[in-house]
Amino acid sequence: MGGFPILSALTFMPLVGALLIMFVRAATTGSRSADAAATSGRTALLAGLVISGATFLASLAAFSAFDYGNPGYQLVEQYPWYKTISYKMGVDGLSLSLILLTTFLTPICLLASWNSIHTRVTEYVVAFLVLETFMLGVFTSMDLVLFYIFFEAGLIPMFLIIGIWGGKDKIYAAFKFFLYTLLGSLLMLVAVVYMYVAAGSSDFEVLEKFRFAPEVQTWLWLAFVASFAVKLPMWPVHTWLPDAHVQAPTAGSVVLAGVLLKMGGYGFLRFSLPMFPDASHLFQPFMFALAVAAIIYTSLVAWRQTDMKKLIAYSSVAHMGFVTLGVFSFNEIGVQGAIFQMLSHGIISGALFLIVGVVYDRMHTREISAYGGLVHRMPIYASLFMLFTMANVGLPGTSGFIGEILTMIGGFQASTWAAAGAALGVIFSAVYMLTLYRRTVFGQITNPALNDIKDMNWIELVCIVPLALLTLLFGVAPNLIFNMTEGSALRILSMMAGG
Amino acid sequence: MLNFTAMTLTIGPELWLAAAGLLGVLLGALMKDAFNGLAFKFGALALFGAAAIAALFYAGGEAFNGLVRTNTFVNFAKIVAFAIGGFALLMSEGFMKRQGTGRYEYALLTIFAALGMGVILSAADLMTLYMGVETLSLSSYVLAAFHRDSARSSEAGLKYFVLGALASGMLLYGASLVYGFTGTTSFAGIADAKLSTGMMFGMVLMISGLAFKISAAPMHVWTPDVYEGAPTPVGAFFSSAPKMASIVVFANVMFQVFGDAMEQWRLIIAIIAGLSMIIGSFGALTQTNIKRLLGYSSIANVGYALVAVAAGQKLGAGPLLVFMTIYAISSLGLFAGVLAMRRPGGMVEGINELGGLMRKRPWLTVALSILVWSVAGLPPFGGFFGKLAVFQAGIEAGLMPLAIILVIASVVSLGYYLRLIKIMWFDEPTERFEAIDGSVTFVVLVSALIAGILFMFFIYQLGWWTDQAALGLGS
Repeated sequence: MGGFPILSALTFMPLVGALLIMFVRAATTGSRSADAAATSGRTALLAGLVISGATFLASLAAFSAFDYGNPGYQLVEQYPWYKTISYKMGVDGLSLSLILLTTFLTPICLLASWNSIHTRVTEYVVAFLVLETFMLGVFTSMDLVLFYIFFEAGLIPMFLIIGIWGGKDKIYAAFKFFLYTLLGSLLMLVAVVYMYVAAGSSDFEVLEKFRFAPEVQTWLWLAFVASFAVKLPMWPVHTWLPDAHVQAPTAGSVVLAGVLLKMGGYGFLRFSLPMFPDASHLFQPFMFALAVAAIIYTSLVAWRQTDMKKLIAYSSVAHMGFVTLGVFSFNEIGVQGAIFQMLSHGIISGALFLIVGVVYDRMHTREISAYGGLVHRMPIYASLFMLFTMANVGLPGTSGFIGEILTMIGGFQASTWAAAGAALGVIFSAVYMLTLYRRTVFGQITNPALNDIKDMNWIELVCIVPLALLTLLFGVAPNLIFNMTEGSALRILSMMAGG
Repeated sequence: MLNFTAMTLTIGPELWLAAAGLLGVLLGALMKDAFNGLAFKFGALALFGAAAIAALFYAGGEAFNGLVRTNTFVNFAKIVAFAIGGFALLMSEGFMKRQGTGRYEYALLTIFAALGMGVILSAADLMTLYMGVETLSLSSYVLAAFHRDSARSSEAGLKYFVLGALASGMLLYGASLVYGFTGTTSFAGIADAKLSTGMMFGMVLMISGLAFKISAAPMHVWTPDVYEGAPTPVGAFFSSAPKMASIVVFANVMFQVFGDAMEQWRLIIAIIAGLSMIIGSFGALTQTNIKRLLGYSSIANVGYALVAVAAGQKLGAGPLLVFMTIYAISSLGLFAGVLAMRRPGGMVEGINELGGLMRKRPWLTVALSILVWSVAGLPPFGGFFGKLAVFQAGIEAGLMPLAIILVIASVVSLGYYLRLIKIMWFDEPTERFEAIDGSVTFVVLVSALIAGILFMFFIYQLGWWTDQAALGLGS
């Protein structure tokens, strides 16, 4: 305790930046020509990049202050707020790894919007930065109510991002996204309020020690899972995701798949397991069934998609199924694998959405049938696409492999059948990803519009190459992450065991 | 022993308002139309003055042989209600002038309505209560019908009057039953009396009458019609200051007069609360007129507030004040937002006419959106904490079903709140908006700042104040 409140600074830096951009914009909107608007949009994007870049540096500073040897919460800040609720922030390995993912992806998202967002750019940047603050807040808060506030507030900017800069059916998708998630969150709110009334505090550390009666746990567990299952998303409440992904702008999809989905997994690990251990044990078979159903069913659905983004969206649902499997295996290898899978999926699916965005910006269609033979015109693109296809399939040497294999080993120790079902899903993932790759990249060019398509420009390369490097790096040196998350994984499991 | 100073201070704000009202009548009679220009500022000054007196020269205790009694709980409501009423009056001026009805009577009626609010809040006797209710109601009827040349406004006033008279009748009948069975009209006396079936009858009738005044279901039917028909600033006033006052009075009566009968009335209040939340949120879904929509939204919000009442005095009194304070401020801001949207040839009232507001008035839209989200109870804005406080009170009191209804109603109501956001942010601009009064923009921005943003940071202080105020109810 004491010292510089680095987590608050980190969390609110994007928000302050967003406000600055708004005020500067308001002060300089004298001339309203189209030219001036375009320039001011570019300036805003640049400012956004600088701010989110600075946030990334701040998160690195937090990372450097982080002590691997301490499994508990670190860098804690606490101030009183409302009655027993306090403003309390802190991180452990689990949240720090997700914070790094968030701060890393946000500048990439903004950069990726350089050529694809042309209208109302300033508002776009502001919305994105506000969203970043809320995402970071979810991972840094150590108070249940504070967590809830960030968790739900994130809906607002995302709603605007989908609704304003989305595709054809953006309104429908935005409403569906919002209302689906909201219903889940509000059920969680009931549980949140109940918990802090019962325990007399909403502090994580107090709640982790507080033991709720088993029958109460069941209800609380269900209420929390209602929220996280929608967010993750788990089958069968995943249907908002394909709509939201398809309609959102590229960067919106990246941040949705990269960070927002992870809040579900984070919630499982942070609340469901340590705070309701009895209920978690009780529902383990149920969660395994849903996870396996998600992996197999959505993989098959993904195979039949004709829209590239939709395919990747369904593949996300399937990959998040592995997270559920790992989390609910209740052993170290499974939990570590689940955390790893979340980070790896954040990078890979983010990259895949960017890959789709590259051709979408050129052709303005996401139909798989409109493509084919891209390798003849876009060799760099084809090789990067290949890398991420393989990573998504789970090829050894990429980070996707580590996450899948560990969650399956963890799941195997808990239930052979669940692991067997999940393994089946791995095969299906190869089927749909390779089909997608073959139909878009290989073959002859059939669509004449593709004849003069250009390969990736340097902005797109700057966005995607770091992700590619990380995929490979984590694929060969997974310990970089495991060292960070080991302490919290063990701590969560020991709390489950009643320690 | 009659202590003149203490008695004067006890009803200080009411005396001030009565004096200001009478002075206003006198000035109006002397200056005729020349007073019109001044009256709105005069009225606002009177209301702010009353709020200041309530805040600075508060003196709790009884006066007039127990006819009035103030405590910190009702005094808190007075401060907020008077101050909000002042702002409501201030922002009406431009609108009323443009409609050709900017007459001084409007300001005077508002002052008298505020006097009524003060009296019901200070009431410690059924007679005082009824007197205050009528003062408030009669002023309100006339205010609703203030556009006397407009059929809609007259209809609203008449409808309000007929139904309101019925409700007053019920209140009075209930009061007479209570008197008949307890032999006293003083709150303290009734609270001490033995519970009897006849008294319960009276209590239920009184609840019905008061439920009408706060527009709780199933006594809510007048609300959308009156909100739609009445001049917009009047709607703004109705939905903020008197609402705050009447709900607090409702709670005060339940807690102070029928406190011992809590087991009996809790279910009734819970049903009223549940119905209001459901009817308010589902009813608003299909509205296309923004004032009607806000009318339904206010019914739903009354339902939320009643959850706190049903939670009982110990758990609910503080949260009720938190919720109502934030709600009243946001509601005023939302109506100010409606006032701010003027196009050539009239006011904007259809929801779809707000299309693309973001492109034209970004700051106004951001402020309005914050208000909408705040009223919807979405974090991180102030309204969330209001709902949270109420919600917590409900759960602590073991009213789980009510808490679940609250959650469902919130999701449903998001359906129409989001529609407002969608129209303002996503849709293409439709028409040109005209310049608006500075005072209206000011109210929108300030209320968004206070209700939406400031209470986010100072919710701790608000919670502390309201808890202190609720202590005034005794134990």
